[in-house]
Amino acid sequence: MQIGIFSVGDLTVDPTNGREPTEHERIKAMVTIAKKAEEVGLDVFATGEHHNPPFVAPANPTVLLAHIAAQTERLILSTSTTLITTNDPVRLAEDYAYLQHLADGRVDLMMGRGNTAPVYPWFGKDIAQGLSLAIENYHLLHKLWRETDVDWEGRFRTPLTAFTSTPRPLDDVPPFVWHGSIRSPEIAEQAAFYGDGFFANNIFWPKEHYIRLINLYRERFAHYGHGTPEQAIVGLGGQVFMRKNSQDAVDEFRPYFDNAPVYGHGPSLEDFTAQTPLTVGSPQEVIEKTLTFREFFGDYQRQLFLMDHAGLPLKTVLEQLDLLGEEVVPVLREEFAKRTPAGVPDAPTHAGLLAARDAEQKEATV
Amino acid sequence: MTGTNPKIVVISAGLGQPSTTRMLADRLAEAAKRRLRELGAGASVDTYELRGLAHQVTDAMLTGFAGPDLQTVLTAVEDADALIVVTPTFQGSYGGLFKSFMDVVDAEALIGTPVVVAATGGSARHSLVLDHALRPLFTYLQALVVPTGVFAGPGDWGDAGDGSRGLAERVDQSAGELASLLAGAGTGRRREDEFDMDTDSMLAASRP
Repeated sequence: MQIGIFSVGDLTVDPTNGREPTEHERIKAMVTIAKKAEEVGLDVFATGEHHNPPFVAPANPTVLLAHIAAQTERLILSTSTTLITTNDPVRLAEDYAYLQHLADGRVDLMMGRGNTAPVYPWFGKDIAQGLSLAIENYHLLHKLWRETDVDWEGRFRTPLTAFTSTPRPLDDVPPFVWHGSIRSPEIAEQAAFYGDGFFANNIFWPKEHYIRLINLYRERFAHYGHGTPEQAIVGLGGQVFMRKNSQDAVDEFRPYFDNAPVYGHGPSLEDFTAQTPLTVGSPQEVIEKTLTFREFFGDYQRQLFLMDHAGLPLKTVLEQLDLLGEEVVPVLREEFAKRTPAGVPDAPTHAGLLAARDAEQKEATV
Repeated sequence: MTGTNPKIVVISAGLGQPSTTRMLADRLAEAAKRRLRELGAGASVDTYELRGLAHQVTDAMLTGFAGPDLQTVLTAVEDADALIVVTPTFQGSYGGLFKSFMDVVDAEALIGTPVVVAATGGSARHSLVLDHALRPLFTYLQALVVPTGVFAGPGDWGDAGDGSRGLAERVDQSAGELASLLAGAGTGRRREDEFDMDTDSMLAASRP
């Protein structure tokens, strides 16, 4: 089980004092947060991609991730998400392979279509073609990482003749890809088709919604011959706020909740925590709720928490990461290990994929 | 026929307690049951008032998901074989709570569903709310609105010298149209038939 954090890099006013960080402060804070994630023993840091205020998540996540890679040793760097619709798949192939080399393989990425409609026209794309773009662009990206001298023609970009993207993926093992989706069965289908991972955002909405998507993905993963439904690679989001005492967590987080982007000024904190995976309370409560996820979604490989949104000050976020690393993650790892049956694969890593590829080649030559 | 016991869901968006909107809803529900019986069919009718869901409707607009009570009603609407909707008329159109509720209904939930549109209002001059507000909304949702809508103004509830019998007749006519649709082959369209996974283009791509 990989446990980490993901961030959309929102620039939000702290409702308790009216202060809004500058872009510079927030950008630097994201680096500090990523380094802290490694320090407290988390496995993954994932950044969103944004092209509009009020976000400072990078337009090209590889810039931020390369910077973090240079300052960390173990942390896996990922995205949440990389826009497969409006980015040129050729540039994605080149940039993420380059990042792989810089980070010595500590890279995977999550494909998504984003949630910001104007991004399509800003980059000369038609939002009505969103799904087709996701499918064609990923198909090309997948090919470019696995083949050289590519001849290719599609609907959405200029054709390629004898094209080889550089650098080649590290050890000729492409970065592992997750496909993130909030609502589209087509994206679950796409992840299943390629035998890639499927990441359900799992925050903001009730679990039933995501159960449907994940079950579809597992079923189709098996259909396409990648293994049993239980062997499919599933990632989940989560959202927590902790203090030693449950009531302190609730009191402190309430103003941030009440004014948060996405769900602020709507349901009460109590209703929202009852109806969605959001947990506000003690580390023990976070552990208990997180351990229920596998009962709903099956055994899964990656758990990412949203920790730094809604205007929470950096100091608070770092305290949250201490609690997560010291009190929650060790217990979760132990409990997940105890409960996960044999035959359920670990989360894919570069080393693991490389070993699997080598074993396969060896078998082929015998 | 969608089975011999079609599920009719009635939505009443009245804000008052008691509510004339609810009264009209009940009369339409009764008439629909009676007309289905005459055609040899039963019907299960569930009536929901939106007033108690007002907060959850607002929350759902903001969060994108429905709380448990609202979800019950949304599911009922999705599963309904026919719908009877009744809203008060405010500022010349359907009520805001009614529209907010419709905004959180899945846009595909009502494909092919027969619908009776009905409204109450403070004056008979508001009766065009049926054809200028409600009918276009359900046309957008690809529902089938029966030809007779029912509007009830103040004069329709007592003996204003011209109204009361007229309302009963309009209720009966509208319910009859709904029953007839339910007892026949309906519109021939259901949401389930139109769920199409975009797999063809994926399958067309070469296997990885």
